[in-house]
Amino acid sequence: MNDFPIAALPLWDWIVEPLQYGFMIQAIWVSAFVGLVCAVLSCYITLKGWSLMGDAISHAVVPGVVVAYALNIPFAIGAFLFGFGATVAIGYVKSKTRLKEDAVIGVVFTGFFALGLVLVTKIPSNIDLFHILFGNVLGISRQDIIQTLIAGGITLALILLRRKDLLLFCFDPNQAKAIGLNTQGMYYTLLSVLALTIVAALQTAGIILVISMLVTPGSIAYLLTDRFDRMLIISTIASVCSCVFGTYLSYHLDVSTGGSIVVLLTLLFILSMVFAPKYGVLAQEFRKRSHGAFEEKHNQQVFINKS
Amino acid sequence: MQATPPRLDIFVDNISVTYSNARLALYNATCTVEPGAITALVGPNGCGKSTLFKSIMGFLQPSQGQVRVGGFPVQKAQKRQLMAYVPQSDEVDWNFPVSVFDVVMMGRYGYMNVLRIPAPKDRRRVMESLERVDMADFRHRQIGELSGGQKKRAFLARALAQEGKVILLDEPFTGVDVKTEKRIIDLLMQLRDEGHTILVSTHDLASISTFCDRTILLNRTVLASGATADTFTADNLEMTFGGLPVGRVRQISQRPKQPSHQTEVDA
Ligand SMILES: Nc1ncnc2c1ncn2[C@@H]1O[C@H](COP(=O)(O)OP(=O)(O)O)[C@@H](O)[C@H]1O
Ligand SMILES: [Mg+2]
Repeated sequence: MNDFPIAALPLWDWIVEPLQYGFMIQAIWVSAFVGLVCAVLSCYITLKGWSLMGDAISHAVVPGVVVAYALNIPFAIGAFLFGFGATVAIGYVKSKTRLKEDAVIGVVFTGFFALGLVLVTKIPSNIDLFHILFGNVLGISRQDIIQTLIAGGITLALILLRRKDLLLFCFDPNQAKAIGLNTQGMYYTLLSVLALTIVAALQTAGIILVISMLVTPGSIAYLLTDRFDRMLIISTIASVCSCVFGTYLSYHLDVSTGGSIVVLLTLLFILSMVFAPKYGVLAQEFRKRSHGAFEEKHNQQVFINKS
Repeated sequence: MQATPPRLDIFVDNISVTYSNARLALYNATCTVEPGAITALVGPNGCGKSTLFKSIMGFLQPSQGQVRVGGFPVQKAQKRQLMAYVPQSDEVDWNFPVSVFDVVMMGRYGYMNVLRIPAPKDRRRVMESLERVDMADFRHRQIGELSGGQKKRAFLARALAQEGKVILLDEPFTGVDVKTEKRIIDLLMQLRDEGHTILVSTHDLASISTFCDRTILLNRTVLASGATADTFTADNLEMTFGGLPVGRVRQISQRPKQPSHQTEVDA
């Protein structure tokens, strides 16, 4: 940390100084909360392979936000309806055409996003497109905080109640069906908490970066452990720390909050990718080397690397 | 929950399945899987064995036909935990962060409350199932850290833990050594004697007559089905694996049992 300009100040000041401002305290705990919600869901989304779906939802909420402001209803409702609507549209188009899912997702979400751009430039409102795209947690309003808390709270509650079923659904949907669970219902539950989480994270990270908060923490944790419960813990720690320190950084360096949160997350990801004890690049390299050395000694033996 | 009938058959009634690539994977398949017996589902790769399994389990919706299990529609049978399924290895994400114990416990969810908190009985059943397939020592392993045979046994344990009366195993002998194969066969025979209905898909022709009471021959439709001694003939195998026009196939499958093992079909 030594070549950091602000490290010249004592660390204590660095931490305490921003806290004299109400908006900073607010920004820190709101983004920590959002980090928590994203981290938990992130474990399911990365394992299910739904990151592209998350990206789609985050872009598809834009027209919803605009329409909500135009109709004077809470932005979260509009955003949720359009985000969730996009996933239904994706499911419908996929079932009716022979296109692959990624193509369908690409077509649908860009369509929604473009509609949002058109609306935001046509409907007179005081929406700052820049804030939708990149987040604005430092200037978050009381109303927006309440909406974030509700969306995030519902998500946490739903996941907590259904965590085992959702995990089974991600791992082996056929088994879920075989024991008589309603897999269709779980599919839509997971999609709607995904949409809710994106709504909750909208103000913190913005729609462009929210996908990072939904994929990176889970990916970091997945590289570090083979146990789902530990994955939840690691993901949460990585995400909440990045959110808190990212908010600090954005204050001290006067840079984008969403941007610095995601930069931190990405740094953590790179660290775990390189240094993870079992699945890290170094560990794999080391295993290969020691196997190689072993092989030289026992020339006959053949080692087959586990894929 | 009502008392379930002790023996359950599977009745596949005129099933056809078309995948989204417009390929007819299965057409007009009709067969009965008898209770208290081991039935082999035999056919070449890509002939629709897994597709038939998935139709029976309700994982996919056939474009026509229906399946009954012990007289129940499939969904009802599943709600009553009557049907267990051991998937083909390539259908499982082996990198998923779950342990063997977790996987076997997933067979018990249907007996638990909404929060899926295991009761002592559930833990006991899981351990018993693991012991029965000789996998108790591996219960803390992540599922990818197992050999091919151990993977099969882990999923077999899940089926045991579920206590389903009907057990479907998709290619349980693929990628398994001879010793494990023997052990799985022994277990299947025990389960049969306990009254389970067992359907096994396989293309290991050598072992079928040693443990399968009945055989269903499949190549995009059911070509023949019945007691192994009657069905598992050179003629029928030639027909299944050689690919004959359907008209000729009907003719052959309706012919009485052929004593000669000589092949007279010329494809
Ligand atoms: N999800 C799918 N989408 C499209 N075609 C499929 C799908 N699954 C299987 N098929 C096709 O259906 C046929 C039957 O497949 P399958 O039931 O898996 O055969 P088997 O299990 O006997 O090897 C094959 O030709 C296969 O290519
Ligand atoms: Mg198959």
